[in-house]
Amino acid sequence: MNFKLKVWRQADHTSSGSFETYEANNVNANQSFMEVLDVVNDDLTKAGKEPIAFDHDCREGICGTCSCVINGEPHGPEDKVTSCQVYMRSFQDGETITVEPFRAKPFPILKDLVTDRSAFDKIIQAGGFISVNTGQAPDANALPIGRETAELAFDAAHCIGCGACVAACKNSSAMLFVSAKVTHLGLLPQGQPERNRRSLKMVEVMDAQGFGGCTNTGACEAVCPKGIPLEFISRLNRDYITASLMERPESE
Amino acid sequence: MILKRLFQSTIGKKILMAFTGVLLFGFVIIHMLGNWQVFAGAEALNDYAQLIQSKAFVLWGFRLGLLAVVALHLWAAITLTIANRAAAPEKYAESKTLGTTWASRSMTLSGCIVLGFIIFHLLHFTVRTVPGTPEYFQQDLKGRHDVYAMVVHAFQNPWLVGIYVVGVGLLSLHLSHGLQSMFRSLGWSDKRYLPLQMNLARIFAGLIFVGMSGVPLAIFFQLKDF
Amino acid sequence: MKLDPKIPSGPLEKKWDSHRMNLKLVNPANKRKYKVIVVGSGLGGGAASASLAELGYNVKCFCFQDSPRRAHSIAAQGGINAAKNYQNDGDSIKRLFYDTIKGGDFRAREANVYRLAQVSINIIDQCAAQGVPFGREYGGLLANRSFGGSQVSRTFYSRGATGQQLLIGAYSALSRQIGLGKVQMFPRTEMLDLILVDGHAKGIVTRNLVTGKIETHMADAVILGTGGYGNVFYLSTYARGSNATAIWRAHKKGAGFANPCFTQIHPTCIPVSGDYQSKLTLMSESLRNDGRCWVPKAVGEKRAAHEIPETDRDYFLERMYPSYGNLAPRDIASRAAKRVCDEGRGVGPGGLGVYLDFAEAIQRLGEKTVRERYSNLFDMYHEITGENAYQQPMRIYPAIHYTMGGLWVDYNLMSNIPGLFVLGEANFSDHGANRLGASALMQGLADGYFVIPYTIGDYLANQKQKTPATDCPEAQAAEKAVREEIKQLLSINGTKTINEYHKELGKILWDHCGMARNKTGLTKAISLIQALREDFWKNVKVPGDSNNLNQSLEKAGRVADFLELGELLCRDALEREESCGCHLREEYQTEEGECQRNDEKFAHAAVWEYKGKNQIPVRHTEQLTYEEIHLTTRSYK
Repeated sequence: MNFKLKVWRQADHTSSGSFETYEANNVNANQSFMEVLDVVNDDLTKAGKEPIAFDHDCREGICGTCSCVINGEPHGPEDKVTSCQVYMRSFQDGETITVEPFRAKPFPILKDLVTDRSAFDKIIQAGGFISVNTGQAPDANALPIGRETAELAFDAAHCIGCGACVAACKNSSAMLFVSAKVTHLGLLPQGQPERNRRSLKMVEVMDAQGFGGCTNTGACEAVCPKGIPLEFISRLNRDYITASLMERPESE
Repeated sequence: MILKRLFQSTIGKKILMAFTGVLLFGFVIIHMLGNWQVFAGAEALNDYAQLIQSKAFVLWGFRLGLLAVVALHLWAAITLTIANRAAAPEKYAESKTLGTTWASRSMTLSGCIVLGFIIFHLLHFTVRTVPGTPEYFQQDLKGRHDVYAMVVHAFQNPWLVGIYVVGVGLLSLHLSHGLQSMFRSLGWSDKRYLPLQMNLARIFAGLIFVGMSGVPLAIFFQLKDF
Repeated sequence: MKLDPKIPSGPLEKKWDSHRMNLKLVNPANKRKYKVIVVGSGLGGGAASASLAELGYNVKCFCFQDSPRRAHSIAAQGGINAAKNYQNDGDSIKRLFYDTIKGGDFRAREANVYRLAQVSINIIDQCAAQGVPFGREYGGLLANRSFGGSQVSRTFYSRGATGQQLLIGAYSALSRQIGLGKVQMFPRTEMLDLILVDGHAKGIVTRNLVTGKIETHMADAVILGTGGYGNVFYLSTYARGSNATAIWRAHKKGAGFANPCFTQIHPTCIPVSGDYQSKLTLMSESLRNDGRCWVPKAVGEKRAAHEIPETDRDYFLERMYPSYGNLAPRDIASRAAKRVCDEGRGVGPGGLGVYLDFAEAIQRLGEKTVRERYSNLFDMYHEITGENAYQQPMRIYPAIHYTMGGLWVDYNLMSNIPGLFVLGEANFSDHGANRLGASALMQGLADGYFVIPYTIGDYLANQKQKTPATDCPEAQAAEKAVREEIKQLLSINGTKTINEYHKELGKILWDHCGMARNKTGLTKAISLIQALREDFWKNVKVPGDSNNLNQSLEKAGRVADFLELGELLCRDALEREESCGCHLREEYQTEEGECQRNDEKFAHAAVWEYKGKNQIPVRHTEQLTYEEIHLTTRSYK
């Protein structure tokens, strides 16, 4: 198969970028999209040009590093996969494939397709945890958790923090990401003591980082590689309302 | 604290939007039921109008309340839209709908048009400054404001019928997303109820379109002897 | 090189307890005065950073990824072992200890492994308390599954993403400390050298991968939790960024590198499909609970899998190892797969694959149950191969997956460089010559949560001197060397890309130092690697410059290190004239092709000392003494 890749090139955060077109010929249908970028990069290197910078690491869809918008879709045309799991059999031979970075104000572009998603880390640092020091834990079976609850908590905890939800959202909203963490911890008995505080703190930092609000369009759910459902956003709203009502003025 | 959160956070503003949205939706329903008096004839409609206008205190209280609700809805919408636009300043070269509906993506647009329509509607039937609203329809034989004649006369004009049908059409579109979004923003949605909520939203939006646009269309096409 | 394992005296079960009593403590007020550098943010590094910060130390944590949540621990699928005996099936600390030692083919240090089995219990408690959503029974209690190399069910899991969930647990604990200001996090920052002051590890030189800025960070101790070096083989199940740079540069500064040739090949990976391939994907070992491995009985079988009747199939693991069957340990299962493929009975393109068949399980349990257990793995298989494993058997083949070798550490997890601690896969300590499934997560977390917080205190309590300044001569020299190397890499401007060198190195190692090794091959490999390395420094092309984000430059430094490490790997394999665990020397095997150990000559850890560029390294040994365990021939028949 042969393709043309129309790739966003940008030298650094402050520069303005533009598209460059490259050719990828003799591509195997079972080659992954990132492996095509590898080959294009080797060609660029040999031609004395600078290769395309793109984020990737595990290449099996779990680390959340890869972050391309392929033909206008974060993580490309396949359902429930990350950019690194997109295979060339998903495209038409001869197609021009447009590759862009995730675009959102809170995710500044560092170079080409590489963005800075540390805003997500800051949200987690504000409250995406259960405060338990090492060594303080009781026996794991001392706290039974129903199987359905544990499974639903896993569904939420499965979020890989890739940021595709933000990239897909017309408002660059991080609500799906935040709701996944709030749901994961809020479902479990261990997470109850900090439940109110957690949702208030995380939303506060989410807003401060410059993410937009949720208008419930559902684009995030559609592109999420781990199938985090929109219903978690509703749970977050519910938790947030409860937490705001319960909040006492003196608590910080 | 709840007030501070309501007015400061994105979620708080969305809750305000949803809450005021519910109230406005309730008003639309009542308004629609009132409109249907036109099918019962001049007597019924003018009586109904008389009833409303006679209690100035209640009427103005209601109007001011409604205005406040609209203002809140607008304020939340405007501030959120500004923040949302700022959060996503750059567009993709290639854009896909990603499973979203046009209604959900165009809430700002439909909202703005509906706002314009409401202003026009107020100028038309309440303030009555729209050209083509003749003086002699001001009072009926019993000395009441002749709403019936005013309405029936207005909807002989195809332009006005067009404006009203498009206006309520966009209102319905706005509601078709707004109603289900409201459930979510208020945290009342999950997998079990979501299909029900989405269907309810669509059904009510459809009902409002039929119920509202039915009046000008029925009059224009003389579906009944007006 | 002085190698004192510092194994506490006394009976095995009491060693850790009595050692903890004897360790010096740092009082809470003084902990605030110490700075600790942690490189790596996976299960070892992340857990250590969080735990040390909770104790009051000032921690600086570094990772090359854009967020600590992306460390490659995240990719572990199947589970984590713990001797909880929740299943009442006869498990105990001692049994986990014994299984691990035996699984490692008696090449691990007894005392370390026993401690690992002991603290495994606390790990599950800690993770559950952090909110890790482990799989549960309907009654709400924790569920277990079985894993290779054990006859009890002691593996805890979170569907097929246990590593992810445990890492997110550690990451959340770490994030909490970052939020509290006790940990300063440096993502997208790579360690490029270790700084020694008076022979003690006191700092590191780093490169900011976004701005290219070279910086020096000083502390009172340095901890490396940087993972394994399996990417030396180019194709592996590791993340593309996984590298050996931190441990290799520490090695070059004097840290002993133990058992580099102990590299694990995982039996159940998706076979290679073409030369463009950048990575191999693992299918969790847990699949072998219900999947049956087979190949056709006949050489050159042409029929499709479903057309081959039962009588013409060879369920080779069940045939060769009846008591463990499909759950034979990894090294054994991998070699069995290689053997049947070498016989010409492999399936799929190039005959490099065996079937992993779920037809029987689907018949027995129903597709729904199989789906519940493994759906994410089946989905992953489908995404990569386009095949539906509910309808046709999976094709699998072994791939490089883990490295048991690593920097040598004593019982306190301190290397032979005082103040340099090494955790998790980066050290050599617990898995001997082969790691059992679900034990890597256990070791990473044991080291990070429950060992280092105790043992580092003992070292720090003895350190009276002040943290050296960032402009001390040792730091300046290290920084200068780093700058020079970068300059050199960028100035070669040859014709070959870094990937080409890396691929070539990987092929040399896979061919001569992979699943089966021999003297001729290893000797050849050493000279091939030397020549390749020489060529690299003359002819590599590293585009771009050093003062911005330059992924080629990052890769170049890592591959340069692999080119040195690869040679050491072969040397170690060559010197170890026996077969044990994952290390199979063809000269030393039984008639059935099983490992033939030589306990008299090789019951030791081989620890290599770096002697300078292109100098032959020196092999030291740490004799492994077994007080509790009787060395036997490992049998899973």
